[in-house]
Amino acid sequence: MEEYRHRLMDYVREEIMPHRFCTGCGCGTVLNAFVNAVEGVGLSPAKMVCVSGIGCSSWIPSPYFRSDTLHTTHGRPIAFATGVKIMRPDLTVIVIAGDGDVAGIGGNHLIHAARRNIDLSVFMVNNMIYGMTGGQVAPTTPYGVKTSTTPHNNVEPAFKVAELVMTAGASYVARWTTYHVFPLMESMQNAIRKRGFSFIEIVSQCPDNYGRRIGLRTAVEFLHQFKEKAVRIDKTAGMSEAELADRIIIGKLCDRERPEFTAELHALTRRIVAALKQEQPA
Amino acid sequence: MAFDDNRLSYLNRLAGKRYFMLGDEACAYGAIYAGCDFIAGYPITPASEIAELLARELPRAGGICIQMEDELASIAAIIGASWTGARTMTATSGPGFSLMQENLGYAVMTETPCVVVDVQRSGPSTGQATKPAQGDMMQARWGTHGDHNIIALSPNSGQECLDLMLECFNLADEYRTPVILLMDGEIGHIRESVLMPDPEQITHKTRKAARPGEDVFGGDDLVPGMVHYGAGRNIHVTGSTHKANGMRDVTTPEVHDALIRRIYAKIDQNREKIVRVEADTDPRGPARIGVISYGASSRPARGAVLAARSEGIAVDFLRLITIWPFARTQVAEFAKDLDIILVPEMNLGQMSREIERFVDCRVQPVSKIGGIPHTIGQIHRAIREAV
Amino acid sequence: MIEIDEHLCKGCDICIEFCPLKVFEKSEKLNRKGYYVPLVACEDECVGCRLCELLCPEFAIIVTNE
Repeated sequence: MEEYRHRLMDYVREEIMPHRFCTGCGCGTVLNAFVNAVEGVGLSPAKMVCVSGIGCSSWIPSPYFRSDTLHTTHGRPIAFATGVKIMRPDLTVIVIAGDGDVAGIGGNHLIHAARRNIDLSVFMVNNMIYGMTGGQVAPTTPYGVKTSTTPHNNVEPAFKVAELVMTAGASYVARWTTYHVFPLMESMQNAIRKRGFSFIEIVSQCPDNYGRRIGLRTAVEFLHQFKEKAVRIDKTAGMSEAELADRIIIGKLCDRERPEFTAELHALTRRIVAALKQEQPA
Repeated sequence: MAFDDNRLSYLNRLAGKRYFMLGDEACAYGAIYAGCDFIAGYPITPASEIAELLARELPRAGGICIQMEDELASIAAIIGASWTGARTMTATSGPGFSLMQENLGYAVMTETPCVVVDVQRSGPSTGQATKPAQGDMMQARWGTHGDHNIIALSPNSGQECLDLMLECFNLADEYRTPVILLMDGEIGHIRESVLMPDPEQITHKTRKAARPGEDVFGGDDLVPGMVHYGAGRNIHVTGSTHKANGMRDVTTPEVHDALIRRIYAKIDQNREKIVRVEADTDPRGPARIGVISYGASSRPARGAVLAARSEGIAVDFLRLITIWPFARTQVAEFAKDLDIILVPEMNLGQMSREIERFVDCRVQPVSKIGGIPHTIGQIHRAIREAV
Repeated sequence: MIEIDEHLCKGCDICIEFCPLKVFEKSEKLNRKGYYVPLVACEDECVGCRLCELLCPEFAIIVTNE
C-alpha cells in the first residue's frame, strides 16, 4: 500500500504527530480547520508568527503548526503578539489560545488589543473549562455546572466573549463551533485577511475534562449538542434573552473597517521623522 | 550594529552638548543611543519620565514607544518584539517590577535579550509611593521563580544612567538575557548635567546569529546564536523546558538539567567579564575600615569616606556598579585586610548579607529607609563609631 | 477515494456519526494504540464533500476526488 500522507502535512510539525490531544478533542479539529484556512488564503507559514499561551489549545500552534511560534506565559499571548506585530507588521501574527488564557487571566489584554484594533487574528478555543489543569471552573463555564472547583454548583454566569470583543472595538468578530467546520474555516480565512483585530470564538468539545461533568461522554455527543444548540445570528432577532440563554449564537457578529493600530503607529513615526528632517539642524 | 540614518541624524544633533536633566531622562537618552527600537511601558512614579521622554523623542529617532494596559503586557510586548531582532526595553518601579517577574523569567528561559529599568521606590506594596528606596536588590536577583542568573547594573549619577543603558543593551545582546538597570528614585529624579556622547564613539554589540541549521537554544557555546522571526526557520520559542532545537521536553531530567545549568553558567562563567566596580582605596595606606555602597547611597557614602579621611581615619571605599552577578572576587579582595565593612544602603541590609557571604570580616549595614537618602553625616558617624 | 491513516486515528467516531451519507462503519480492527479505526464501508456513496476530512481531529482522513 502506498504510504499515506495528508495533503496538508507540510503545515504541521509532522515529526511529532500524532498529536497529544485526547480522543475526540476539539483542538485537533481546530488545527485541521486552521491549516486548511492558511492553505486557502495562500499564506506562506514563513510569513507567519503563531503565538499561544498555556493550556490544551495553545498546543495547536505550539508545537503542532509549522511556522515561527511563540509559546508564552499563561494569559499573555496577545500582549506578546502585540510586540511582534508592531516591529514586523509585514508578518501575519496569529494567536490561538483557550478561553482561560484569553478571556480569564488574559482578559485585559484581549479587550485592549480589540480597542487598539491591532492587526492580529485571535482564535479562542472555548471548551468552557480549564481542561489541562483538570477541570476547574472557567469564566466561560455555564451557570449551574459542577466543576472541580465548583463542586457544589457554579453560581457565576458565563462570559459572552465574542460580544465583549465586538463592543471593545474589533474589526471582525465571529463565533462558530467545531461542528460547523466549513464556515469556521471560511471565517478563519476572513479573519486572517482582515486588516485589524479579528476574533473568532470557537466553541469546542472537551470530552475528558468537561464532558464527563455535564453528561457528555464523547465528541460525538458534544457535536450533536453544538448542532442542536446553535442558532445563526441572523435568526436571533425575534428571540428573547430567555430563549437564547442555552443557545450558541453562531455566525459573524461584525465585519467593519476601522483604523488599524500598527499602521497608525508607523504612519505617525514616519511623519515625525519627516518633520525632523525639515527642521534646520539644531 | 550601526545606527540607521534617522537615528544617526537625530543623535548628531545632540552630540557634544550638555543638558541639565533628570536621571530618568538621561536613562531614556541612553536607550536612544543604545539603538533601542521599541519601548512598551506603563506609568509609575518615579519611572514615568523615562517613557514620557521616549514617547516624545524616540519616534524622532525612528523608534516606537507605546503604553500598554499594564506591566505584564509591557514586558510581554518587548519580549515578543525582541524576537523580530529589535532592541527593546521597558521601565517601571517596584510594584510594576513585581508584576513583570513571571515574564522576566520567560525572557531568561527563552534567552531573549531585553532591558528592564527598575527605578526603585519605597515598598512593600504602595509604600511611600513616590519616595526613593533600594528595596528591590533581591527582587532583581530572585524575583522570578526557578534557578536562574541575571545581570543588573546600578548607576549613581545622571551621566551614568545614560552610560549604563548602553552597557545594559550590549550585555543583553551579548549574553542573550534580560538585563536590569537597577536605578533608585533618588537617581531617577536627580537633576544633573549630562554630556550627550558622539554617536561615532558608541559601540554596539551585535547578537550572535545562528548559522543555517544550527540550534537556537543550545549547542557548543554557552550563548547560542539567535534567529529572528520571519527568517523562514520555523523557530519554536517556549518558556517550557526545551531541547536545543527549541522543542518542548518537560519530562527528561537531563534536558532540564543541561538547559538550566547552561543558562546559569553563561552569566556565572563570564562574571569577571561582566562585573564592574569602582574602588577607591585610601592612598595613605592600609585601612581597617571599608565602605561598600551603590546607587544613590554611594554618593553620601563617598562624601563620608572623604570626610573621615580628612580627619585622619583610613577608610577604603568600593562602589558596586554591577549588582548582579555579584562582584564576589572584587569584594573579597577589597575585604582582605579590613576589620569591618560598612554598607550604606536604602533598605534593611539586602546587599550587606550578600557581601557577608564572601568576606571574613564583620559586615555592618548602615540602613536608611523612610524615603530620604542618607546624609554624609549619618554615614560619617557610622565610620567614626567603627573606629 | 477515502484513505484512513490507522496510525493517526484515535477512534473518536466523529466521521462515522457525521458523514451525511454514512460511508463509514465501526470496525473490529484495533490499531497499534488500541483504538478501533473506522471502516470505509460504502465508498461508492461518497460524494467527496470532505466533511469527514475537516472534522477529523487527527489528520487521519484524506479524501481525493477522482
